[in-house]
Amino acid sequence: MPVAITLTVNGETLTRLVEPRETLADFLRRDLELTGTHTGCEMGVCGACLVMLDGLPAHACLMFAVQADGARVETVEGLTENAALADLQRAFHERNALQCGFCTPGMLIAAQGLLARKAMPSREEIRDALSGNYCRCTGYEAIIDAIETVAQGRAAGEAALRFAEEPA
Amino acid sequence: MKARAFDYVRPATVAEALAAFAEAGGDASYIAGGQSLVPALALRLQAPERLIDIAHIPDLRGIDLREGWLRLGALTRHAEAHDHPLIAAHAPLLALAAPHVAHPAIRNRGTLGGSVALADPASEFPAMMLAMEAQMEIAGPQGTRRVPANAFFQDLYQTALEPGELLVALHIPAAGPQHRCAFDEFARRRGDYALVGCGVMLTAPAREVESARIAFFSVGPTPVRAQAAEAALIGRRLDSEVIRLAQAALSQDLDPPDDEQVPAAMRLHLARVLIGRLLGRIAEGL
Repeated sequence: MPVAITLTVNGETLTRLVEPRETLADFLRRDLELTGTHTGCEMGVCGACLVMLDGLPAHACLMFAVQADGARVETVEGLTENAALADLQRAFHERNALQCGFCTPGMLIAAQGLLARKAMPSREEIRDALSGNYCRCTGYEAIIDAIETVAQGRAAGEAALRFAEEPA
Repeated sequence: MKARAFDYVRPATVAEALAAFAEAGGDASYIAGGQSLVPALALRLQAPERLIDIAHIPDLRGIDLREGWLRLGALTRHAEAHDHPLIAAHAPLLALAAPHVAHPAIRNRGTLGGSVALADPASEFPAMMLAMEAQMEIAGPQGTRRVPANAFFQDLYQTALEPGELLVALHIPAAGPQHRCAFDEFARRRGDYALVGCGVMLTAPAREVESARIAFFSVGPTPVRAQAAEAALIGRRLDSEVIRLAQAALSQDLDPPDDEQVPAAMRLHLARVLIGRLLGRIAEGL
């Protein structure tokens, strides 16, 4: 029997009826037409369906939409619109860190989650953070390069901002 | 790859959860983080009539230190095991093990209670419960009881939990600065299930081992305490000779199964290498 849920998706609070068996990934894609969340393995292995759930990366295929009642969900669309991922997206483009692009939304969200946890991760730490995200095109090196570049860029940006704020 | 249809309920208390299970005539599953259950439902390895979402029950939350015991609510997430200061101070084996459990996004959702209740023989936290001599607080229709880890893990995916019972909290004797801990595992890739893994917790004032607890996982149907290896250490100075004795003693403790990927002899060899490294690491820090 369908259940009513209320959740915030990309800043908008919605109420919808969902079948309990519908995953959050299917809900986002089918009910809300937010198809940037990709479904690959649908068993938590490939990482293509990562979304931000209450600010932390989570697999949209590993939960049912009913479980997200009351939660705040951000998808790659929302994080694109508010430019939160703009520097990561630019670096992925410039460094050729994608080919087919299927894994990219998940990669971006995993990277965003990592950089929120650790501003200047080592390459080993980046690799570890991406251990649950499969890319079958790039061989990962370019993705790691892109994330490393953004970490440095964000750190430099914050340093510049702090410098600007200091009294003359 | 889609779950069969089920009925969904979200109780607010433990009593309501137990009643919801009884009402479904036992054809129900509790769901918390769901990181193992949801794939099992998608693959239709399980197809309960009812899913009981326990993620919003306040009594299953919280991390507190009381009278020498650390109480971890069953809903404590893997990521909290990673970061929480009380866990780092009083259950360091959990903090050391957490980065090895699956991948970061899974750790944001997966719960310690779920991992312990599932009792996957290749999983890290059940073995750490054994090494820490934790007690599992279980709620059921008859009331609440506490079961020590060595009686909790009974067989492959089989625990002391009776159908319908709910794991409420993990109670861990609080470790202190005198406890030396080490954890590691061999896995083909980071985040994969371990071929062999081990946690060690010991006290060794003046370098002489006073108490030792060693638990292995991925060596059989349940996590295993390595009591012969522990006995080889106690009362002795932790040096390379004693470490060799503990390594040798492992053949009495472990009887790993033969499988196509990893023959039993290889698993035992890896266990010896691992315990050697972990004890060496602790000895260096003494």
